[in-house]
Order: sequence, then C-alpha cells, then structure tokens
Amino acid sequence: MAVLTYREALNRAMVEEMEKDPMIYLMGEEVGHYQGAYKVSQGMLDKFGEERVIDTPISENGFAGIGVGSAMVGLRPIIEFMTWNFSLVAIDQIINSAAKMNYMSGGQFPMPIVFRGAGGAGGRLGAQHSQAFESWYAHCPGLKVVCPATPKDAYGLLKSSIRDNNPTIFIESEVLYGSKGEVPEQEYTIPLGLGEIKRKGTDITIVTWSRALSFAEEAAIILEKEGISVEIVDLRSLRPLDENLIYESVKKTNRAIVVEEGWPVAGFGAQISHLIQKNVFSYLDHPVERVTQMDVPMSYAANLERMSLPNANRVADTIREMLR
Amino acid sequence: MVSSIPKDSQSVSELQEFYRQMVLIRKFEEAAAKAYSVGKIGGFLHLYIGQEAVGVGSIAALTPHDYIVSTYRDHGHALARGLHPNPLMAELFGKATGISKGNGGSMHFFDKNAHFMGGHGIVGGHISLAAGIAFASKYKKEDSVTICFFGEGAANIGSFHEGLNLAAIWKLPVVFICENNHYAMGTPEYRALAVKDVSVRAYAYDMARDHIEGDEVRKVRDHVKVAVDRARRGEGPTLIEVSTYRFRGHSMSDPAKYRTKEELDAYKKKDPLMRARHELELGGIKPEVLDKLEIEIQTQIDEAYAFAESSPEPPLSQLHKYVYAEDK
Repeated sequence: MAVLTYREALNRAMVEEMEKDPMIYLMGEEVGHYQGAYKVSQGMLDKFGEERVIDTPISENGFAGIGVGSAMVGLRPIIEFMTWNFSLVAIDQIINSAAKMNYMSGGQFPMPIVFRGAGGAGGRLGAQHSQAFESWYAHCPGLKVVCPATPKDAYGLLKSSIRDNNPTIFIESEVLYGSKGEVPEQEYTIPLGLGEIKRKGTDITIVTWSRALSFAEEAAIILEKEGISVEIVDLRSLRPLDENLIYESVKKTNRAIVVEEGWPVAGFGAQISHLIQKNVFSYLDHPVERVTQMDVPMSYAANLERMSLPNANRVADTIREMLR
Repeated sequence: MVSSIPKDSQSVSELQEFYRQMVLIRKFEEAAAKAYSVGKIGGFLHLYIGQEAVGVGSIAALTPHDYIVSTYRDHGHALARGLHPNPLMAELFGKATGISKGNGGSMHFFDKNAHFMGGHGIVGGHISLAAGIAFASKYKKEDSVTICFFGEGAANIGSFHEGLNLAAIWKLPVVFICENNHYAMGTPEYRALAVKDVSVRAYAYDMARDHIEGDEVRKVRDHVKVAVDRARRGEGPTLIEVSTYRFRGHSMSDPAKYRTKEELDAYKKKDPLMRARHELELGGIKPEVLDKLEIEIQTQIDEAYAFAESSPEPPLSQLHKYVYAEDK
C-alpha cells in the first residue's frame, strides 16, 4: 500500500476519473497555471490542458453558475472553491440552482457536479477564513455533503462524488492536506452514505467527521489509559447519512457524543443528537453531548483560536463527565 | 405607426407565423390570468403580455439545436420555442401532465428535448447558467448557441457582471438579451440604473452590443440573428437590449399603480400584435383570415385550459421523487 498525503489522494482521484471520462473538467481560481492554491491540482494542467483544467477570474458566483449550466447539458464539472469561505458568494448557484434543478424540472436535469475545496480553520487565518460550513449545505435537500478525514477516504469518496449524478458538496479539511495515510494501490470507491467505525470501543460512541476525527482519536487514546473504551464513528458523508451505523454503535455503548468543527447553533450535531434520542432513546444512559467550535467568530490571537476550536481535552473532559 | 410592409409572399407568411405565435402567447396568458383570478393557478404569475415580439423574434433566429434560458416570466419564451400549450397550462395548474410534472409552476418551465433550459426564479442567477451551457457547447465543439433573456433589473446584480465577463474572456457562444420593460417590479429604471442604456455595458466587457425597439417582431429577429451568427462563428457573445413594455403589473398581484395611465396607453399604441396585424393587412392578408386565425388559436387555448383542468394532480409518491437523480 502506498502512503499518500490527503492532497495527493484527492489529486489521484481526479486524475483517474478525468482520464476515463472526457466530460469531466476542473475549474476554479488558480487550479491550472498556479497548480492549485493548496496544490490539490498539481500537475493536472500539463496532463489535461487548458480546455479541461480551467483557471477562472475571482468570480465564484459566475463560475459556479458556469458549472451548473454545463452540467445541464452533459458535462461533469469539478468546481474548486479555493476555500469554502468564498463559496458563500456562490451559495445562490449551489442552493437555488444546483440543488433544485432536477426537482423543479420534474427529473429532466440531473446535476452531476462536484463543488470541492478547503474548509474549516487553518493556522490563525482569522474570522473570514476559518469556518466549517458543512451544516449549511447539509441543511438543503438535493445536495450531497461529503467530509473525508483520511487520504484513503478522500480518494474513494471523491471518485464516488465525481461519478454521482447529483450535486456534491465535497469539503476538504484545510489542515489535513499534508496529512499522510495508506491508500491502496488498486482503484476503489467508497459509496456515499457509508460511515466507518474508525475505532472500536464499548463505553461511549463519538460521532464525528473530517478533521474532528483527530480530536476524537486523540481523546480516545487519553481515555484508554484511564480505562475508558471509546468507539469512534466517522460519518464521512452527512448527506446521505449512515444512520444505522450510529444507532448500532449507541446500542452497544449506551452513550453518544458528537464532535464537530462547526458552530453549535443549528449545527449538524444537533440533527444527529435528535436522531439518536428519537431512534435509540431507550438505550441511552446519558443525554447526547456535543463538542463544537465555540459560538463566536474565529479570533486571530493564537490562544483564543486554540480555545475556540474543539480539541481532545474538551472531548475527554466531556466524556469523563458523562461516565461519572 | 411606422410600418414595414412585408414585400413578398415569403415575408408575408413569415410574419403571419410570427403573428400566430404572438397571438398564441397573448391568449394563453389571458386564459392563465383568468384561471389565476379564480384560484386555479397558485403562486406568482408574471405575464408577458406586451413583450411578445421580443421572445418570438429572438427565438425565430435560432435552430432547434440552440438553447434558451429564461426568467420567471417564461411563458412567452416557451410558447415561442414551440412547446405545446397543453403541458404548459397544466404546469400552471400544478398537474402531473405539466411540462415539469407540476414541480415547477409558472416560473420553472423546462423542456430538455426542446433545449428549453428553464425559467429561473432568482433574478440574474440564470445569466451564468446560460454562459455555462454555452461553455459546454464550446467544450464539446458543438455549434449550438445559447440565448439568455433577462430584465433590466437583472443587469444590476453581480451575476450579470460575472456571467458577461466570463462569457467574454472565453468567447462563449451566447447572446444576452435584456428585455428592458422599464420596471424592475415597481422600481423604474431611472431609480435603478446609473446608466439607463443597459447595452452600453457591453463596452465594459469588450463585447458586441445592439439596442433595438421591441415592438417590431421581424426587426428583433433580424438583429438577434446577427448576434447568433456571430456567436456561432466563434466570435463571442453579444449584449442586446430590447426596449419593450409589459401591459400588466409585475405579476398578477401587482396593480402597477407606480405608472400612469397615459404612459400605459402610449405603449399600448405600440402593441406588437396590433403592429404585426396592420403590416399583414398592408401586405395583402384579409382581416377575415386573421380573425379566423385568432379564433383557431382561442380554440387551442380553450383546449389547453380543459386539458389542464381535467388532468390529475401529481401522485403523492412524487413528493420525494426527483430530489436526487438516479445513479449513473
């Protein structure tokens, strides 16, 4: 098995899919000549040329709309947002156009488009560049929302997203781009809507996705030394959602905590919490808890940023409380 | 009324066909207005009455391979594209036989086969979709041209700028047609446009431009054809402003009190249907022939109304269908 970085895994997925299907193209700011703002598209311009790896001016709303229009007539665009923070100026196209097109046309216009790019907080990038928006997009029917946490998942999930005939919101974690992991040499895909138990345990279930998986894993290691056995469910995609995986785990551990990078209010963790209490209430020995980013915009100051983000200690503390 | 008399039998029959389409649109919408007023149609209903020559003339410049992207005021464009009035009326009634199976309504007519790429409800958002469809034609090396209708109100939103800029830098085969009816809902153009002539904005994108009056259907066709041919030759997009007027309010719920009766009456004297009829008579078509044509169209609309009324509502199982497409 090869060891790849998260960005290399994404790159490999796109390259392989584009080699197979000439209708797939990559578009976004700096994806071509600059080789990608985060180097995810490194080398792709040379491989596919300017007709398929397309640099755009700074106009997210415009090129998101280009993507949607082109998907209406058979192309399969991959639209890169340099970061998801900038997607907000394109959210009209994503929600009012892409998410609704098949529905409001009575099934005439499937929307095989992937919107992808960096999400979450980086290193002290301040309030406008440190936001996890998966809850915003997961709110909207018609979209699929994918948030991979490992290079292996990033590769398999991106390939599935590209092959899907629906608009997919593929949120990569900015801090994970350089992270390494084993990726099978053999081609594979991971179906959207299939979560994974990343760690087996018996005392409590952590439900998480994307970068927050690392907080969960770190907390599990800390707690293991104290004799607490943590099970970690990595959802990998929020829409579709692997509900049964969550329920089966909670039935076993009788406790659940959601760990996510986004804000708490109306966050996706609230939805998971609701689903657990609605569907496996009788198995619960404790109310479902959540560890999220603090309910504030991100500060630039290093200590405040640290305090704002979820972390392993907060996860571990909350779990200790739940098991007391 | 300055008239251009059709000079030969071919131009007479051409104008007669345009007249037929314009009458079809007007009668369709008069029937829709009636249905709305008795509660058979819900939601918003934005009528095209008064603007018929723009849609009919523009779409006459296209081949069946070309694409049309429309706004929330899409009935006229759909009929001009040749879509049958039955599924259009049924869509307004929210029936299973509707062109979008009842999921779309007045603002969201779609017909993939006819390359009618939708009515879109967000002002200006569809301008970049049109550029995207044109982008795909270029990508696939097909010679289709896309035309995109929007109002002067849409010219003030960011999507307009981004869509036109991208279309221009990539020389996309698209024609942007601004149907300037002088009111964005109730806001007159002088309160919304820093420069009233929308078409001069083409200079900002190094794009070809045109500006025409929208009451003469063949003139609209001829001008749009020039732009369509330019796009097809790979010479890039054009911004055309067509000055027109809606005789009704912004939608059925708007009594249009923001404009004077004198203004409306002045524009009604330039009614494109009246004009075309007058020109046809000068070209030798007897009034009885045109009266007969109108009666035939009325019959067709009555049938569409009856079809819509008698069609079933969508099955309740359709609620969850189409949220996601089938897997590849």
